Amino acid sequence: MAKTIVQEFTKGLWDEIPPFRLVLGLCPTLAVTKSVENGIGMGVAFTFVLLCSNILVSALRKVIPPKVRIACFIIIIATFVTVVELLMQAYTYKLFLQLGIFIPLIVVNCIVLGRAEAFASKKGIAASFADAMGMGIGFTLALTALAAFREILGAGTFTLGNIAGWILSLVGIGTLDLWSSPLQVFGPSFQPFQFMIEAPGAFVCLGLMLCIMNLFKK
Amino acid sequence: MGDYIVLAISCILVNNILLAQYLGNCPFLGTSKKMETAVGMSMAVVFVLVLAGVITWIVEMYVLKMFGLEYLRTIAFILVIASLVQFVEMFLKKSIPALYAGLGIFLPLITTNCAVMGVVLINVNEEYNFLQAVVSSFAYAAGFGLALILFAGIRERILLARVPRPLLDTSIGLVTAGMFSLAFFAFKGMV
Repeated sequence: MAKTIVQEFTKGLWDEIPPFRLVLGLCPTLAVTKSVENGIGMGVAFTFVLLCSNILVSALRKVIPPKVRIACFIIIIATFVTVVELLMQAYTYKLFLQLGIFIPLIVVNCIVLGRAEAFASKKGIAASFADAMGMGIGFTLALTALAAFREILGAGTFTLGNIAGWILSLVGIGTLDLWSSPLQVFGPSFQPFQFMIEAPGAFVCLGLMLCIMNLFKK
Repeated sequence: MGDYIVLAISCILVNNILLAQYLGNCPFLGTSKKMETAVGMSMAVVFVLVLAGVITWIVEMYVLKMFGLEYLRTIAFILVIASLVQFVEMFLKKSIPALYAGLGIFLPLITTNCAVMGVVLINVNEEYNFLQAVVSSFAYAAGFGLALILFAGIRERILLARVPRPLLDTSIGLVTAGMFSLAFFAFKGMV
């Protein structure tokens, strides 16, 4: 059942999109999706770690002894998490403070270790790259969707943030200032639905989104 | 003494690790389908988390801080936790086989349980002293067990209920967890 590179990439976007189809990595999904900006930031950090670790694990797959492979994977992942942590501290300090302990916690994210174990340690570098890109973008999209839902209802705003705003303004849609400040979605008389921003709302929203995904699966 | 009791209550109920801090949710949903697995997982977490709390505190104070290596914290802690879990597994297998039979399959899962890593990072961020770190590790683990065992009880009941098809399994589990978290939300402002 040889899949092409394109198939490896696209399966992460719909068929096996993490946190929905693979119910792994729930903690960051629930915790950082209070605002779209945090969701995208987490998604980008996660994608970077997954991409680097998948490539390195795949490149070293013939060198790593099978008995200690999990320990090796964890060290590789932890290294890239440290890189991301320091980069974010240097360049996106506000985001770094908001994501808090969830950046170092990418190291125990089951998806990263799961992809290293189930995919990258068996396949070639190109396939692993495609797999990581697909999974990473899928995860970012999922986080963004969940965060948009929660932020719009819970705070009445939509904040795209610096990272995505910068990309959009490069393409010529809007300006960086427009995207990085909160957009009021509803009128001034809107009463925020506080429940959505708090922990219970996170669980219920994710549960309902899974339900919607299941409806489409039929 | 009073301070430690307040700390313990705040870690168990107010800042419950599963329902208020969003940590350790994968095992929360994964092992809560049966009461037995929930109890086993809770015990394993209590056991490992207290040990990890003690050891990482020592590592942080006398290795990382002393030599100015704080930027290596993530790597150091994950190595400590991973090797601790391995060590505990081997130790239990040799000396307390009865306990190993109960906890055995849950121990390897704990390495990637973000509750453990999360709590030791919280201990460092809050700059707890040694005793506070031990109390908070134990109390967070107890809160994990409390929430997991209560939740497993509810989920066993859900099996008997007629759930709409798209909501089956994880989906209804998450919605229930939301309601559950709402109940724990009432403890906010207690401490």
